[in-house]
Amino acid sequence: MSNRTILPRRAVLAGLGGTAVAASLPLKGARAADSAVVGFIYVGPRDDFGYNQSHAEGAAALKKMPGVKVVEEERIPETDQVEKTMESMINLDGAGLLFPTSFGYFDPYILKEAVKYPKVTFEHAGGLWTDKDPKNIGSYFGYIFEAQYINGIVAGYASKSGKLGFVAAKPIPQVLQNINAFTLGARLVNPNATTQLIFTGDWSLPVKEAEATNSMVDQGIDVITMHVDSPKVVVQTAAQRGAMICGYHCSQAKLAPTAYLTGAEWNWTDLYPKFVTMWMKGEPIPNFYRGAFKEGLIKQSPYGPKVSDEARKHADDVKAKLTASDYVIFKGPLKDNEGKIQVEAGSELIQTNATDEKLEAMHFLVEGVSGALPA
Amino acid sequence: MADQIAASISTGAGPSASPLASRHREGIGRAAEAVLIPLGALIVSLVLFGGFVALSGVNPLDVYSDMVIGSVGSWFSVQNTLTRAAPLILTALCTALPAQAGLMIIGGEGAFVIGALASIAAGLPLAAAAPPLVVQLVMALVGMGAGAAWIAMAGALRHWRGVNETISTLLLTYIAIAILNHVVEGVMRDPGSLNKPATAALPDADMIGNIGSMEVHWGLVYGIVFCILTYILLYHTTFGFAARMVGGNPRAARLAGLPVARILMIVTGLGGAAAGLAGMVEVAAVQSRASASIAAGYGFTGILVAFIARQNPLAVIPVAVLFGGIGASGGLLQRRLDMPDASVLVLQGIIFVVILASETLFGRFRIFRSKER
Repeated sequence: MSNRTILPRRAVLAGLGGTAVAASLPLKGARAADSAVVGFIYVGPRDDFGYNQSHAEGAAALKKMPGVKVVEEERIPETDQVEKTMESMINLDGAGLLFPTSFGYFDPYILKEAVKYPKVTFEHAGGLWTDKDPKNIGSYFGYIFEAQYINGIVAGYASKSGKLGFVAAKPIPQVLQNINAFTLGARLVNPNATTQLIFTGDWSLPVKEAEATNSMVDQGIDVITMHVDSPKVVVQTAAQRGAMICGYHCSQAKLAPTAYLTGAEWNWTDLYPKFVTMWMKGEPIPNFYRGAFKEGLIKQSPYGPKVSDEARKHADDVKAKLTASDYVIFKGPLKDNEGKIQVEAGSELIQTNATDEKLEAMHFLVEGVSGALPA
Repeated sequence: MADQIAASISTGAGPSASPLASRHREGIGRAAEAVLIPLGALIVSLVLFGGFVALSGVNPLDVYSDMVIGSVGSWFSVQNTLTRAAPLILTALCTALPAQAGLMIIGGEGAFVIGALASIAAGLPLAAAAPPLVVQLVMALVGMGAGAAWIAMAGALRHWRGVNETISTLLLTYIAIAILNHVVEGVMRDPGSLNKPATAALPDADMIGNIGSMEVHWGLVYGIVFCILTYILLYHTTFGFAARMVGGNPRAARLAGLPVARILMIVTGLGGAAAGLAGMVEVAAVQSRASASIAAGYGFTGILVAFIARQNPLAVIPVAVLFGGIGASGGLLQRRLDMPDASVLVLQGIIFVVILASETLFGRFRIFRSKER
């Protein structure tokens, strides 16, 4: 919840005569002149230091563009409320381009609205569009596990114990890709490194996230990363307990300036202005757009003070190769943590191959991860 | 003040009026009181909220005009308001009905989730075999049954084991959500739902549609019918009288020979059934499948609605519409005035406190009493 919303009792009392006071205060609320209206919808608070903030930063980049008006709504659940919010933006604000950002907004809500409003463009983060779906929907996503791989390399150098921690929400493919890439990155520099994995069970469970982080530090784990909606609690708890952190979604460096090593970030601040420029010129935005470092969909947080020169050099080197599409993260022979071969020697799971079943529906943990998946 | 009250009491028994006309006038006075006091409280809340927003630098007049535009300003806004009100009517009953018999249930969210899960579990295998009406009917019955069992369980624990029903229903909600996640990520998971675990979807043909040409689903009507029926049950039958007597004084009710256990099971069951039906509607009219998104908080907002409606099933309807309207206009406040979403929570909180405080005003205004001396 935003700090602006805390309501001290005194403020309420003082506000009793508020309407009278109002005249003397500088007031917002002027209606914008004619401009292209772009709507953003977030599932959580837009200042969550996580998924929603990464999109809100993208929206903030749009606000700087001339002739663009951005309208935003936060904390909209994945029910018909998001349908009504989209319609409200279209009907009452005249929005012509919408970014409903949560993964669960796509089916059935965006699909329904796109049929109902064929002149409005819908852009969804998740990469779910198929050619059976309406053409006024675009779906984009980044292979952010490339950045988690870089996180892993940095963590491998920084960790003294060789024990790393990963606080994860749910055992779904996107999360498993991140866990595995992080572990492989760390084992690239320290073949004995292990990752302790804890699933909290849901996207936003601050209490469990704090418990998981604490128990990891108690076990001697000294670098922790995560995949939850808001990494804030994990970052703050880990930093207080003296562990180092690799961030996720957006930069959490502000929360732990010294303990923050680096982080895997979405690069919506680059992508959204590109999309909006295309839209304003009347050019079609690709229906299906995926990529990673090379396409500029993801980025790495600047290195923190605890990252050694050696680590920086190695990480930058691998990042350059990834950017040049000259590097594969999941390549055989690759064993899972039960000793079973998951990728045969000589074969590779190319990051940007959206049709690779093994990658898209990933359901294994690589060797070095301590944890288990539900059957 | 004391002589005012004394006067208002004495006027009730004025000798000059004919008994029938006097009773009639008394009834109108009561009804006017029941409407005007909450309405006044609502206006006071809006003025307080205006003061609050002015302090954060927003013009209250802009806020009021956006709230009107967003909630009732156009046909679209009206439908938006009603859509948001639909689930709240049913979840509010989960608190309001048991409250009549003296139980404070706050676990509507759990019954909602369990109702949704049970109804999709019943609906999916049936969808291929039966016509849509049968599928929907079975889903509704199973959803209501599951919700009823869920809340009646807390009622039983309360009656026979003395477990506080407020705490137990709150905790049962967490269990319900855990069961939901376990099932949609496990046995009922659609293998195609990779990154958002969910059950398979109910076919379009079996989904509950909209009311005529309105863009509001039939769940709204289910809720209104449920409210009317339970109102009649509570205020116009001997069962209802007995239930409210249990709520007033359980020991006296038992001494009077009332079947307290049965009454408690029925009212908690009815409350749970209402929330379970809301869960069924969420699946069969909105989401088409069960996933973690089912637990969207309707059960919790329902508690607030029930309290503001003073636990009266008929009053639940306008209060739920009011909350639907606040939700519908909350979006505009965020978009046009750059206010955080939580400002809507602030308004809800202010209304809650002011309306509860206004209860002390009942019986204090002479104007609502008959005028004879």
